[in-house]
This record gives sequence, C-alpha cells and structure tokens, in this order.
Amino acid sequence: MQVQTHVDIHSEWGIVAARQAGRKLAREIGFGSVDQARVTTAISELARNIYLYANKGQIYIEEATSSGKRGIRIIATDEGPGIKDIRKVMEDGYTTSGGLGAGLPGVKRLMDEFKIDSELNEGTTISAIKWLR
Amino acid sequence: MEKTKLSMYQLYKDMLNTYLDSKSEHALYAAQQFSKEMMEKDMSPEEMVSLHMSVFQEMVPELPEEVVDSFDLLLEVMIGYGLAYREHQSLRDRQRQLESELNVAARMQQALLPEDEIHAPDVDLGVLSVPAGKMSGDYYHYIQDDHGCIGLAVADVIGKGVPAAMCMSMIKYAMDSIPEQRLQPAALLESLNRVVERNIDSNMFITMVYGSYDPRSHRFYYAGAGHEPGFYYSKKTDSFEELTTKGLVLGLSQKVSYKEYVKNVEPGDFFVLLSDGVTECRTEDGFIEREQITDMIRKHIDLPAQEIVNRVYRELEKMQDFELKDDFTLLILRRKV
Repeated sequence: MQVQTHVDIHSEWGIVAARQAGRKLAREIGFGSVDQARVTTAISELARNIYLYANKGQIYIEEATSSGKRGIRIIATDEGPGIKDIRKVMEDGYTTSGGLGAGLPGVKRLMDEFKIDSELNEGTTISAIKWLR
Repeated sequence: MEKTKLSMYQLYKDMLNTYLDSKSEHALYAAQQFSKEMMEKDMSPEEMVSLHMSVFQEMVPELPEEVVDSFDLLLEVMIGYGLAYREHQSLRDRQRQLESELNVAARMQQALLPEDEIHAPDVDLGVLSVPAGKMSGDYYHYIQDDHGCIGLAVADVIGKGVPAAMCMSMIKYAMDSIPEQRLQPAALLESLNRVVERNIDSNMFITMVYGSYDPRSHRFYYAGAGHEPGFYYSKKTDSFEELTTKGLVLGLSQKVSYKEYVKNVEPGDFFVLLSDGVTECRTEDGFIEREQITDMIRKHIDLPAQEIVNRVYRELEKMQDFELKDDFTLLILRRKV
C-alpha cells in the first residue's frame, strides 16, 4: 500500500506544511538535494496558486511507480474559479500574479510529467511527477 | 550525461584546487571560460551550486555544519534563477522561430513585386524599395500592356511591420483584379478605395500615387490618394516641379473621386514617385528637405534611372547612419533622349 500525504491548503502555513511533506518524501525516495529543492519549489508554486486563486484546496503527495521507475507524484486540486485559457497560462512570460513566481510553465519544467485539468467555476486539478534518475 | 557530469566534476575540482592554492587571476579566467561551457551544456544555476558544494565537501571533509547547511538556502534561491534561465532559453528559441517565420513572410512579400523588366525603346525605369524592418508597408508596381503603355504605382500603408505588410498584399491582389483600369489612374484609385474601405480596419490607411505613360502620345496621366507628392523633371527648363495631387487616402470613405492630371513628356523628362520614407528621412539636423532629394537626383542626372535611385538610397542611408526609420521606395520613369 502506497503512502499518501495530504495537506489542506488554506493559509501560508499549509504551503509550508506541503513543502515539508514533499521534501521529506523526496528524500526518502532517494532524490538528491537539487531535485529535492525542485520538487519542493513545484509543490510550493502549486500550493500558492491554490491559496491565491482558489483560497483553499488540497495537495496530495505520494510515491509513483511505473515499469521499474520510482518517483514522486504531486496532485493539487481545488474547487476554485478554474482557468479560462489554459494555453495562455502555460505560455512562458505570462503570469497573472505579475510576473513573479515560476507559474505553471515553471512547475512543468521542474517536473518530468505534468497534467492539468480545469473547468470554469468548478475547479482545477494538476498532477505532476518527477522520476528518480 | 553521467560521463560529462563526472568530467565536469573533475574539471571543477582541479580549477578550485588551483585557485585555492594560487589565488591567481589565471584560475578565475579559467572559471569564466568554464561557465560558458556549462551554459552550452544547459547546466542550470542550481546544479552549479550543488556541484560546487559537493566538490568543496570532498576537498574539505571537516566543514562546519553551518557552512554545509547554508548551501541549502543558496540552492533554494538558485532554483528560482534556474527557472528564469530556462524561461529565457525557451523564449529565445521562440524568438528564433518567429524570426524564421518572418523571413519566409518577407520572401513571400518580395514575390508580390513585379519581376519582369520593362521593354520599351524610349523608356528608362528605375526602382528601389527597402523595408525598415523585415517586412515593408511600401509597395510599388509597374506593368506594360500590349501597346507598350506603362502603368506604375507607389503605395504606402500608414504603419509598419507585419500588419502593414498584410495590408499591402491586399492592394496587390486588388490591382490584379481590375486590369481594365490600369491606364486610367483616377478610375483605378476609385476602385481600389472601395476594396480597401471594405476590407481593412478603420484605423488603417493607404496612400497611393498611380501613373500611366502612353509612349505613342508621350503623355503621362496620374492621380494620387493622399500620397507624398512626387516630382516631374523638365529637361528643357532643367527644373523640378512638384507632382501635387488632390484626393483622399484610400480606405477612409466609401465613395471618393480622384482628380486625374496629365503631362506632356519631352525627351529627357522624367517622373519621380516616392514614399514618405524617402522625404521623411531623419538625420542629426532633423528631417531633410524635399529639395535635398532633388539635389541628389540632379547630381546623378546623367546616369540610368536605376543607378540614380540606387545612389540616392545610398546617400540617404549614410545620412541616417545606416538606420532606416521608415520603409523606403523610390521610382523614376524617364523618356529617353
């Protein structure tokens, strides 16, 4: 049975808790310090997005396995306003919060796999995986 | 990848050793060269910090805990820089892609200009059009019919770059679709105005001058739509005259009529049609005077028309320090002596 950590995001405390949980699991899985920092930054950005745009939501962190590979999976989900133009937010140089932060393209770059699903007025779910090399 | 990582590791270790031993500028220079190589290999800032730390820890095994831990903080900060660096790379790639698309578009635009030469025993034509950027908002056109009559035009879209260029291609297709009016400048402008008014944005305008020369009667008919006036040179009096025309720019109003003018052309006389990129050429002392253009033309008046336009362009280019602010188009049509 896989271990899944679940953190509620409704304040900046939640962001820190999610970072902590992510770094811990990344270390346990065997990621080096650079990749630990990358995974943590990705979690941080996803959690901040929830906090800033949806007010509250969840971050799930778990070990991922696929044909002999091991990695870490992050799922960020909220019931916020959703994203109107996903193509636009995935463009480099476009960040609604004023160009600060890595934005979703940054998260995609930090991780190996990235999936986004969003419905207007229903919410957004983003799932990203980083594989151990 | 592992192999290069290993050699990077060794290389950096040697460099750091040398520097710690000698504190020499030489070692620092090597580090500068090394950074270029790292960037070529797409090594991110955070990987660089981590490389430094692992090399350093191996060299000095008994590092104080605070030193080791402090690198966690640096690493965290560098992740953000690394992302900015990657974003920069991807934007640079996208810029390259846009540039190559623009090059293709510029070639397509070039293909809209007439290619054939005019074959008329007593006519000498010279034309040069140079865009300020990759694409031009200027357009020129010339054509010869079965009777040897020549139609010519210079047009200028208010605006520059891609939007202006797209607008320009429409003028070309519109002109192709009304061949029967090639020799009637005023009627042609009226038709074009209707097309332009219907098809372009209300904040875009086109100015144009159209002329037609009949070598049998030696008459030159012309009409203009808000365009920069050209010149008529009379050999007999050795003087330039402004080719002033009355008529609204294309695309402003649905129904516009244009006034047609005519000139008798003596041997050695010529017409100069141009875009405002020629006359609004800006130098250190402000805009140049229209008279300066005619002076330049006069200086080369004994040369073939093509040579004249080439030389005028070169002079203006030099006066502007080789930085064109606006698209440049200059056309000269002369009745040979």
